[in-house]
Amino acid sequence: MGEAPGPGLTVKLAQDAPIPLDAALACEPGELLALVGPSGSGKSTILRVIAGLVRPRGGVVSCNGEAWLDTGRGVDLPPQRRAVGLVFQHYALFPHLTALENITLALRSLPRAAQHERARALLELVNLTGFEARRPAELSGGQQQRIAVARALARDPRVLLMDEPFSAVDQVTRRKLQRELVQLRRTLQIPLVLVTHDLEEARMLADQLSILHRGQTVRRGPPAEVMSRPGEAQVARMIGLTNLFDSVVRDQRPEADQTLLEWRGRLLEARHDGAFAPGTRVTWVIPPENVILHRRDRPSRGERENPVSGVVDEFVPLGELASVRVLVDGADALPLSFVVPSHVARRNGVAPGVTVTVSLLAEGIHLMPAEDRRGQGGS
Amino acid sequence: MDWTALTLSLRLAAWTVVLLLPLGVIVARALAWRRFPGKGFVEGLIALPLVLPPTVLGFYLLITFGSGSPVGRAFESAFGSSLVFTFAGLLLASIVFNLPFAIQPIQRAFEGIPADLREAAWVSGLSRWETFWRIELPLAWPGVLSALVLTFAHTLGEFGVVLMVGGNIAGETRTIAISIYDRVQAFDDRSAATMSAFLLAFSFIGIGLVSHLTRRIGSRHG
Repeated sequence: MGEAPGPGLTVKLAQDAPIPLDAALACEPGELLALVGPSGSGKSTILRVIAGLVRPRGGVVSCNGEAWLDTGRGVDLPPQRRAVGLVFQHYALFPHLTALENITLALRSLPRAAQHERARALLELVNLTGFEARRPAELSGGQQQRIAVARALARDPRVLLMDEPFSAVDQVTRRKLQRELVQLRRTLQIPLVLVTHDLEEARMLADQLSILHRGQTVRRGPPAEVMSRPGEAQVARMIGLTNLFDSVVRDQRPEADQTLLEWRGRLLEARHDGAFAPGTRVTWVIPPENVILHRRDRPSRGERENPVSGVVDEFVPLGELASVRVLVDGADALPLSFVVPSHVARRNGVAPGVTVTVSLLAEGIHLMPAEDRRGQGGS
Repeated sequence: MDWTALTLSLRLAAWTVVLLLPLGVIVARALAWRRFPGKGFVEGLIALPLVLPPTVLGFYLLITFGSGSPVGRAFESAFGSSLVFTFAGLLLASIVFNLPFAIQPIQRAFEGIPADLREAAWVSGLSRWETFWRIELPLAWPGVLSALVLTFAHTLGEFGVVLMVGGNIAGETRTIAISIYDRVQAFDDRSAATMSAFLLAFSFIGIGLVSHLTRRIGSRHG
């Protein structure tokens, strides 16, 4: 099969029932797009629509310029005629067939000898040479997942879809499989769509994130951008960002690349964002990595930037790193979370009840239209 | 030993299996995976022979097959012979009273196949027909096998319905079960004992075979 040049995968869906969908996605060849959202947000449904297993009331799915679905024109190719590879959440391996047969079954368009050769090559690709004759029940979860990936790739798909492919294995295996996916990606010049509810996983693996909420794609962009600049407080909350606060814009200083915020009687410097006139109420977010703990013994560089003090409310050592939550000004309503290396926390005597000072890096403060919330003790 | 009756019983059981199993697979698969109005009613109807006294079922079949009913008349005008007291009528009755024994095990087997396996087959490029032969049927096989043995054994043993619909005509409708009754009535206990022992052994071996094969296939599937 020759590679037709094209724009990759584009999806536009709109329906009211049975599940409301209002989604627009695009994924270029070689790109990994992660669909992220809570359960029930419609991410698996979208994957099944792309594969042709679910037909939406209205929508367009096209791949490399070929229409797979176009409800307006009455086009709806069955799954057999869409060149997709789909890795199911629980792998859906055929239990009565061996690992090799699971793969050759998807290669039935090839002559028999070529089927075996290709299936063996795919097993090698997923590091499972030697497991040809095993049945799924005789394989570990991680090995089953690899067979599922090999089977999905057997058809020489134009799109690889993965539905929570790492959710059914233990933590150690998950890390390993995730690394393998990163390796595998280098050999695949097709769009890859990954459905996950795990934002960390999406951040680690994806080139593009698409955040889904009740069937609607609410935000799309590179992970770092979506995570640090969610654009809307609702999105920030949805992707589990903490450190959301309300303030009022006091001054705009484009010449100094600064926007000044008034927050609980102190002025904060944020990176310049001209979208909000002085006097406007805003909600702002700061990713934990932009909260820097001050050293107890002596000041260091960068500490003049937005210093804020508070009492440590929660201290959770997580091995190399420790998660810290500080109540700013001792107020319950203003928890500020960040992560520090455990040895730094130890050296600085971070413990519940201790007062610490942190800097909020101006670079990391992201302004959004004010969200109407009470009890946040804004400006 | 009434060899004519035994041969007739085996012939009846074989034909019942041959005709009923394909039908059973189609109906069972639809009942397992499709939703349609009146599904509960259909399932109830199929299960009815399990609880209905065989004479009651036989009575209704006799009425239905008789020349007084449209079914009986249609058969007579098409084939020139009656359904009552003939092998053809007996076979049709046998199919009806075996419906639950054929359909229920197969339906349970299809219900046990996860839906995503079929979808995985489709996205692997298999047509619906190929998916049926390569995935669904092999996975439902233990159920089909149970249905086969249950139907066969049950046909050999059925008494009430056979007597009502077929009567007791040697070489035409006298099955081995009827023959046993016949021999006891004639104080020929020896023949009755031989035939009873045969049915007992056959049923026992059949059931053993099913559970053995089902377990073997089950373990293979993990």
